[in-house]
Amino acid sequence: MTVREDRGWSPSPRELQRRRTRALLARRRVLVATVATVVVIGGLAAVVLLSPGWPRVHALFFSWDDARDALPDLVKGFWINVKMFLVAEPLILVLGLAIALVRQARSPYLVPLRGLAVVYTDVVRGVPTLLLVFLFGLGVPALKLAGLPKDPFVWATAALVISYSAYVAEVFRAGIESVHPSQVLSAEALALSRVQTMRHVVVPQAVRRVVPPLLNDFVSLQKDTALVASLSIFDVLFTARDYANYNYNYAPLVVAAVFFVAMTIPLARLCDWLAVRLARRERAGAL
Amino acid sequence: MSATSAPVMEVRGLRKAYGDRVVLDDVSLSIGAGDVVCLIGASGSGKSTLLRCLELLEDIDDGVIELDGREVSDPMVDPREVRRSIGMVFQAYNLFPHLTVLANCTLAPRRVHGVAKAEAEARARELLVRFGLGDHVDKHPDRLSGGQQQRAALVRALCTSPRLLLLDEITAALDPELVGEVLDIVRDLAAGGTTMVLATHEMGFAREIATRVCFLDGGRIIESGPPDEVLVAPKEPRTREFLRRVLPQ
Repeated sequence: MTVREDRGWSPSPRELQRRRTRALLARRRVLVATVATVVVIGGLAAVVLLSPGWPRVHALFFSWDDARDALPDLVKGFWINVKMFLVAEPLILVLGLAIALVRQARSPYLVPLRGLAVVYTDVVRGVPTLLLVFLFGLGVPALKLAGLPKDPFVWATAALVISYSAYVAEVFRAGIESVHPSQVLSAEALALSRVQTMRHVVVPQAVRRVVPPLLNDFVSLQKDTALVASLSIFDVLFTARDYANYNYNYAPLVVAAVFFVAMTIPLARLCDWLAVRLARRERAGAL
Repeated sequence: MSATSAPVMEVRGLRKAYGDRVVLDDVSLSIGAGDVVCLIGASGSGKSTLLRCLELLEDIDDGVIELDGREVSDPMVDPREVRRSIGMVFQAYNLFPHLTVLANCTLAPRRVHGVAKAEAEARARELLVRFGLGDHVDKHPDRLSGGQQQRAALVRALCTSPRLLLLDEITAALDPELVGEVLDIVRDLAAGGTTMVLATHEMGFAREIATRVCFLDGGRIIESGPPDEVLVAPKEPRTREFLRRVLPQ
């Protein structure tokens, strides 16, 4: 192979001119983007801020004093949401993947489980998450079975895990089915077992493809942790509503929304970063 | 050779680098109307990159590309407008799997060139029949053999009547017995006066149809000339060494 080295190349005048043109075009794009952003954002802000009811809305939703007063309780409540999310998320990933794999399994021993998995996803996805939260949070403790925890936090988390694992299982299944059959074929040709094929070839590719829809489900889960407010658990939403009912001010709800957004954005950036890193590693230089 | 008429495409001092890796280095090439230019060389010598640069699929780092006397490597030129008049066929066919063969062939004429549906379909059908795909017009690409898919891809590129056809190792992914049916079409096109630049590993074929052969090595055109010179009596030692490796003794 020839060594590729720079044989004393320096850009020709035409190339230098072309670079100037490219830089000019780039600057023009930045300018257009800036103007467009200012016009759109500024226009929207003007519509809201100049509306006749804005002072009233401002006092009701964006009162700085009320937000500050409620803040310590809101932080305490939000910690419950975060805990619930952190516990539920790994469980959902594991359970969802397990259900998806069971549905793909070809072993005759697993046929009853396969049927169960189908029924599970069909039924659970059809039931409103709020009903599951009620059923588990109020229903299960009411059974008064010995040995089961009575903490509604535990059962609310269980309800979220069950509801979301059904969605996530379908996401994983779509990912698994999108892996080209030739991949399974070549793994089988290497004498890998079906389980090994799944574990080392299919699932790693499937997981990469489904990261964006998974993220979607997890953002949704983060917000749905607020459903436990209906069990009178003092999470961030219940705390905010409590404050609103006593003080007739909705600023704490806005603060709660800011909390949820702030939790979502790092997760989204993390997923973007992971996707970019993977693309760079696997498709470097290729078209 | 049509050295007398103005060239369809003219390349001067083309350079392309990915980071520090220089893939094309000071490449110059003039393609006249009716020319069939064969690019030969080892994999990694820059043949595919050169074709992609000619199609303006890559930004170049130096040099000039002219189409019909107009510089198209200028950043102010809309590359889509240039690509309208250039056809390209890829090694891996790159047909759209969700469209039938006919829909693959009529997509660009209808959406880019504004040809009416009936007219685009009539032209595509005519070409498909001419190239032996009359029975497969309404099938999806994955139902066809590799040779049939590549012929369909050729028809797709021809449906817009391009000034210049770029073929990137279009037989490299085919079984040996399917290579012939694709090369037959290219031979037909060459005889019909279609201007083509093709990267190829088929030396016998290059010798038969090329008006000019260019040997690339390390991103440079080392030797260029009529096939009977470059392929039979090469002047450069590197060309000789390459031909010794690829031609059976």
